[in-house]
Amino acid sequence: MHVFLRENVRLISMEENQELEQAKKERRLVIPGDHLGDEQAGHGTYVVEGKVYSKYIGLAEVRNGKHIVIPLAGVYSPKRGDGVIGKITDIIFQKWIVDINSPYEAVLPLSDAVEGFVDLTKEDLTRYFDYGDIIFAEISNVNRQKQVQLSMRSPKCRKLWGGRLIKVTPAKVPRIIGRQGSMVEMIKKLTGTQIVVGQNGIVWVRGDNEDLAAETVLTVERLSHKGGLTDYIKETLEKKVAELKPVKDEEKVEEAEENLEESGEEEL
Amino acid sequence: MKESKVKDEKRVDGRDFDETRPIEAKAGILHRAQGSAMFKFGSTMAIAGVFGPRKVFPKHKEKAERAILRTDYRMAPFSTKERSRPGPSRRSTEISFVTRNAILPVIVTEDFPKTSIDVVVEVLQADASTRCCGINAAVLALADAGVPMRDLVVSCSAGKVNGKIILDIAGEEDTEGEVDMPVAWYPKRKEITLLQMDGIVTPGEAKEILHLALKGCERIYKDMQESLRSKYTIEESKGDV
Amino acid sequence: MIEMDDLLIRKLVKRGKRLDGRNFDAYREVSIETNFINSAEGSARLRLGNTEVVVGVKMGIGTPYPDTPDEGVLVVNAELVPLASPEFEKGPPGEESIELARVVDRAIRESKCIAFDKLCIEPGKAVWMVNVDIDVLDDDGNLIDASCMAAVAALATAKMPEYEKNDDSYKVNFDKKSESLPMKCLPISTTFVRIGDAILADPALDELNAMDARLTIGTLDDGKEIKLCSMQKGGSNGLAVGQVEQIIDLAIEKGKELRKIVKAEKE
Repeated sequence: MHVFLRENVRLISMEENQELEQAKKERRLVIPGDHLGDEQAGHGTYVVEGKVYSKYIGLAEVRNGKHIVIPLAGVYSPKRGDGVIGKITDIIFQKWIVDINSPYEAVLPLSDAVEGFVDLTKEDLTRYFDYGDIIFAEISNVNRQKQVQLSMRSPKCRKLWGGRLIKVTPAKVPRIIGRQGSMVEMIKKLTGTQIVVGQNGIVWVRGDNEDLAAETVLTVERLSHKGGLTDYIKETLEKKVAELKPVKDEEKVEEAEENLEESGEEEL
Repeated sequence: MKESKVKDEKRVDGRDFDETRPIEAKAGILHRAQGSAMFKFGSTMAIAGVFGPRKVFPKHKEKAERAILRTDYRMAPFSTKERSRPGPSRRSTEISFVTRNAILPVIVTEDFPKTSIDVVVEVLQADASTRCCGINAAVLALADAGVPMRDLVVSCSAGKVNGKIILDIAGEEDTEGEVDMPVAWYPKRKEITLLQMDGIVTPGEAKEILHLALKGCERIYKDMQESLRSKYTIEESKGDV
Repeated sequence: MIEMDDLLIRKLVKRGKRLDGRNFDAYREVSIETNFINSAEGSARLRLGNTEVVVGVKMGIGTPYPDTPDEGVLVVNAELVPLASPEFEKGPPGEESIELARVVDRAIRESKCIAFDKLCIEPGKAVWMVNVDIDVLDDDGNLIDASCMAAVAALATAKMPEYEKNDDSYKVNFDKKSESLPMKCLPISTTFVRIGDAILADPALDELNAMDARLTIGTLDDGKEIKLCSMQKGGSNGLAVGQVEQIIDLAIEKGKELRKIVKAEKE
């Protein structure tokens, strides 16, 4: 079967390529209860009497000597360090409550959102983030009680103005980002849109070609467990872009390059 | 005296005594549900959908250290020859309850504390073994939804008709059925998670029926695993542009 | 409210002990009082340890089911009265009371102990309806066995009222009761729980809260041998095949003991 390569591997030499071919074969489709081996257990697995089994329908592989399973479906479970896109749903005392497309809502404390002193007797917090605002934020902590804390301290964190949101299966986010961001960068460049991908399965798209970019992201999600996807997407997208705007190509590329720096996508 | 539905050698529908009706299983059939599946035992058909893990409403039902599983077994009014009254009945409440207990042991509830996993089972066509059919559909839907699970639970029934012990009583046999025993099985742990029985049997017969039902479960287990794997392999070939 | 610690129960069981000092296969003491409610055709008040239930049998005349036009009708209902436990709330019946009613119903119905064919007044038109109502007054666990035993005792000692025919309708005369309700056998429900690897008979409430799995088996004595008539597994964990077989054998044994108690009440 066709499976994806690990996205954090640089693909250069033939030797490396062969190794990857090997890794590809070892990555297989598993379902709950499938026996993976007797070595160390990583995420997506459980152990009974020294044997490692899968907890999900997903792709199993050995990473750093551990068996892991990347699920092909499921809700977003917040992890520290993840960049997520969320919506402000409430403001309580000195905190914003943020819906992060997960069973657990997140909290953004004032001190992690705004630089300097804010006099709450004079200022209304909606001045910074209002109800319904969309933000890109980083998860700074998740405790055992599944209380999730967000931070806006990283420079890539910001409010997302306008544009539109697309929902994808959180487990498929790494596919949308691509190896070292290759997939999302390519879509941005060719469509001339700004794209921000949250690990929580929310993708924000803004630009003249929003429709095309959104459609492409959903195509990537749908075909996510196929090989050679980047090339395939590139080819089809180039055709579509040519049909759309045959003249203004140059401008678009320039604009896209600008956007590169703004976006805050994450890698697995 | 009318002709019996179970003769010496074969059953009225041509099956062997230890054979189930044809099984059909398909995961991922609905759009809005997080996970979904259809399961058929011959003409008995159930569809299951899963929502969650999600926030618990009402909040007081929430468990601090694990997810709660909620199951809702329903029968469509047109699923039986005589129209069945829509809405919950005592029967459906009890089946919802035993379905939950049958499935719960495989769910890794501690992975999603303070959430609920909601399973809805809709029986569209009823010709015996609806609870077994519903459990199988629910289990496939849960796996399809990406809910963490240790294994699949499989369900099948066996019983006694005209003195013969047979697997998966259905159709005309049902009206002559003396004993019916629905069973659910957790294969990896070799544990029975659902066990009910109606009808008069000797202790020896009860044990024999149980063993036959488990034999059926083991076979259906393979079919269910296959249906889950095929959902993704089929998508792959389709995607090869 | 803080309930008894599950861990304590499990620890005790591992050492071969129960909180109330019983042996694993022992039932709590049973006491029955029958026919103490005059307004009912049959009644029983039963105590099983600290668990207490009252069952009343009321009879009426109704129309039979279309598929059994010449047989009487049995309806079992259970009510967890709020005074029986701080956990019980008023309102429509919950899962627990529905399961209780249905498991008791099944043990009685499947045993075919009531001679339904003798409860026909006019085929297709009028038959006796037997309503069994279970009122749980004190819940210290194992409501199923207590309720089933009380229900069977109430049925076995019930007296049928007489009826009059006026033109086309039947009227029950509750003031005249003569014949006994026709009973062919006495079904007995026996419940066991698995806690760890141990199998315990007649679980008390604390044991039910700590259990892994529960299995209730209905048995009957047809005069020749003891047979099974119903089974219901409960609890959110499983049972091994060997454990089910062990419980089947235990159910036969314990059923004999309990049947004697109900039989004595009938005679």
